Amino acid sequence: MPHVGLTHFLVISSILFSLGLYAVIVRKNAILVLMGIELMLNSANINFVAFAHFGRFGLDGQMMALFVIVLAAAEAAIALAIVLNIYKTFLHINVDEVDKLKE
Amino acid sequence: MPGSNLISLSLIILFLPLIGFITVLLFGKRFSKLYNFEIGILATNIILTIFVMFQKLMYFPEKIANRFTWINFGNVPFVGELKVELGIELTNVTVLMLFVVNLISFLVHVYSTKYMEGDIRFSRYYSYLGIFTFSMLGIVLADNFLMMYIFWELVGLSSYLLIGFWYEKDSAADAGKKAFLTNRIGDMGMWLGILILFTNYHTFTFDTIFEAINAGNIPFGDNAWLTAAGILIFLGAIGKSAQFPLHVWLPDAMEGPTPISALIHAATMVAAGVYMIVKVFAFFTADALLVIAVIGVLTSFISATIALTQNDIKKVLAYSTVSQLGYMVMAVGVGAYQYAFFHLVTHAFFKALLFLGSGSVIYAMHHEQDMRKMGGLKKKMPITYYTFLTATLAISGVPFFSGFLSKDGILASTYAFGSLTGYWLIPIIGFLVAGMTAFYMFRLVLMTFHGEPRDHHKYDHAHESPWAMTIPLITLAVLSFWIVFTPNPVSPDAGWFLNKIETQFTIVPQAARFEFMQTEVVPVEENHTNQTEHAIIHSEHYMHAMHEAHYPAMILSLVLASLGILFAFVLYYWNKVSADKIANSIPFLYRFSLNKWFFDEFYHSTFIRGTLETSKGLSVFDGKVIDGAVNGSATVTQLFSKISSLFDQYVVDGLVNLTAFKMGFFGFIFKKTQTGRVQNYILLAILSLIILFIIFLPFF
Repeated sequence: MPHVGLTHFLVISSILFSLGLYAVIVRKNAILVLMGIELMLNSANINFVAFAHFGRFGLDGQMMALFVIVLAAAEAAIALAIVLNIYKTFLHINVDEVDKLKE
Repeated sequence: MPGSNLISLSLIILFLPLIGFITVLLFGKRFSKLYNFEIGILATNIILTIFVMFQKLMYFPEKIANRFTWINFGNVPFVGELKVELGIELTNVTVLMLFVVNLISFLVHVYSTKYMEGDIRFSRYYSYLGIFTFSMLGIVLADNFLMMYIFWELVGLSSYLLIGFWYEKDSAADAGKKAFLTNRIGDMGMWLGILILFTNYHTFTFDTIFEAINAGNIPFGDNAWLTAAGILIFLGAIGKSAQFPLHVWLPDAMEGPTPISALIHAATMVAAGVYMIVKVFAFFTADALLVIAVIGVLTSFISATIALTQNDIKKVLAYSTVSQLGYMVMAVGVGAYQYAFFHLVTHAFFKALLFLGSGSVIYAMHHEQDMRKMGGLKKKMPITYYTFLTATLAISGVPFFSGFLSKDGILASTYAFGSLTGYWLIPIIGFLVAGMTAFYMFRLVLMTFHGEPRDHHKYDHAHESPWAMTIPLITLAVLSFWIVFTPNPVSPDAGWFLNKIETQFTIVPQAARFEFMQTEVVPVEENHTNQTEHAIIHSEHYMHAMHEAHYPAMILSLVLASLGILFAFVLYYWNKVSADKIANSIPFLYRFSLNKWFFDEFYHSTFIRGTLETSKGLSVFDGKVIDGAVNGSATVTQLFSKISSLFDQYVVDGLVNLTAFKMGFFGFIFKKTQTGRVQNYILLAILSLIILFIIFLPFF
């Protein structure tokens, strides 16, 4: 079994980030877009923890990761509320059709 | 009784008719009997006037004057202290004139109650009489040129209103207009004359101006200016007193009601001109006096010749009035201002009587004025006839009547003037006119009252006028006798009237006087008369000439008057010679006289036509040139505005539109990026981030 180093974590997080971004850009469903955002936040968390483990930063990375989790929770709460309102207004949650602001 | 009370009384006399005018004008329609109020005012006035006159003549030999500052301009640049004063003054001449005006006005008021009865504008008529009396009294009382001028215009106005009283008739309306316009010419001259004096002395007051002239302060330092001022002021009298060449309005003024002709156009207003030049006599230079005398003699001659042939009873009287006014003016011109005023008063009485008498005839004949349709009225209207005859005898210059005294005085002074200066033509024409006057007046009486009635229908309806009309006639007839003025029936010199007229001392410089008016400097010790040596108009020389002239003039005028009367009897009473035959033997002269010397035609073809043609020319000029210029400038403006509108439309608007178009164009392009889709924005953000990475990669 090869030695697992920092590079592996970074690659994983990059892949995760790219998948999240892809989801955010491509998916129509607002819930799925939110999920993409979660993926991107979590890839960042992995980066924090990995750099904390392999660097000499003490527990700063873990602390930041905790903050991001809290932030993600708050974000999810607000975003879901918005999505609920979108649904109430449009009777669907397709983000590409929610372009009323254009007019 | 102090003099100031007399001033207050005369102010009341002055303003009462104004109150009457306003009251009757405002309420006359509602209360049809209100004209009695106006008559009452005049009755009050005449009583007050008699009182003032007696007080003044008996106890106040000096002039009483009272004036106040009307406008104080303070210190005016280039002029100095300047204030305009108004005031009234009472001299003997003033109070006598006051009496004449009020008396005749009162009599005319009474007379009109019957004559104007039933007229649709009856109370309007009385209110006009009120304003006329007010303005006339203003002229009489004024002690300065300004006030005199103001009232001068006011009498012009009331004369205009009363001549055109029956304005439904075109001829009456035209006559009013003619009188007004003709008077304006004279008044303009008068105003210029007043301004010459005002420019020099900064005051309008007679006394102040005369004192300045007496002290040797001549307008612009030249006697010619004094002459000019005199002649210009006399122009006012030419207009108002109907002197040649402005006499044409007076005969036309007969279109007004007959009592008006008696009051305004015979006795008072037309005499205002004479009154004025009598009042300012002292400052006329010899040249000005000569002009006055010549104008007067021309007027009296021209109008006497016209009166010979007129057939309208009022026209004869009108021309006779003009002629007698010419006499008065001539008398002032030859220096006999006292006889001028005397004649003014006597003439006022007997001429008012003649007009009222003719009014009575016209009333009886149902407004027939043509003498050729009258005749034989003596039996029907005895009171009118005898009073009328009295006045006729007076105007013809028969002894024992007032006219003889005043006329004889005037003729004697022209005779003396002729002998002193050599201008003999003036007395010669004066005597001729006296003969003609006697002729045409008796022609009038004989045609109207004697002989067979020519229009039987009207004759049968004729009757004596009611007492309201005959009482004034009788009053005036009494005043036409000599005894009113002097006990001596052949010479007025010792009578009270002439003695009460103040002697006026001419004040112009010696060089500008007639020779006989020049002062003889008497050394103090030889001055027996106890008079200081001042400018005595009655120099020894003059008195001598007057004395010499008295009897020849009297005899000559008597002879001429009797000849005139005789001639009238031959032609119109005994019918020895037919008047038509004489007229046919001198057709040119006859037509000349009948058509009033063609004055109207002459004025019509020169001044009126000239004015009309000029105004036509000016109207064409207006239409073509002025309007053309205005229209041209309008067109040019329009053109300019079109050009600038095009500039606006294409250049300015173009620029604005271009900017808008540019903005729209860019907006159109960039609008594409604003899709409204969240994912697009994220994509864009990511792409931008990547680009930034690529750019900043070399720096890492």
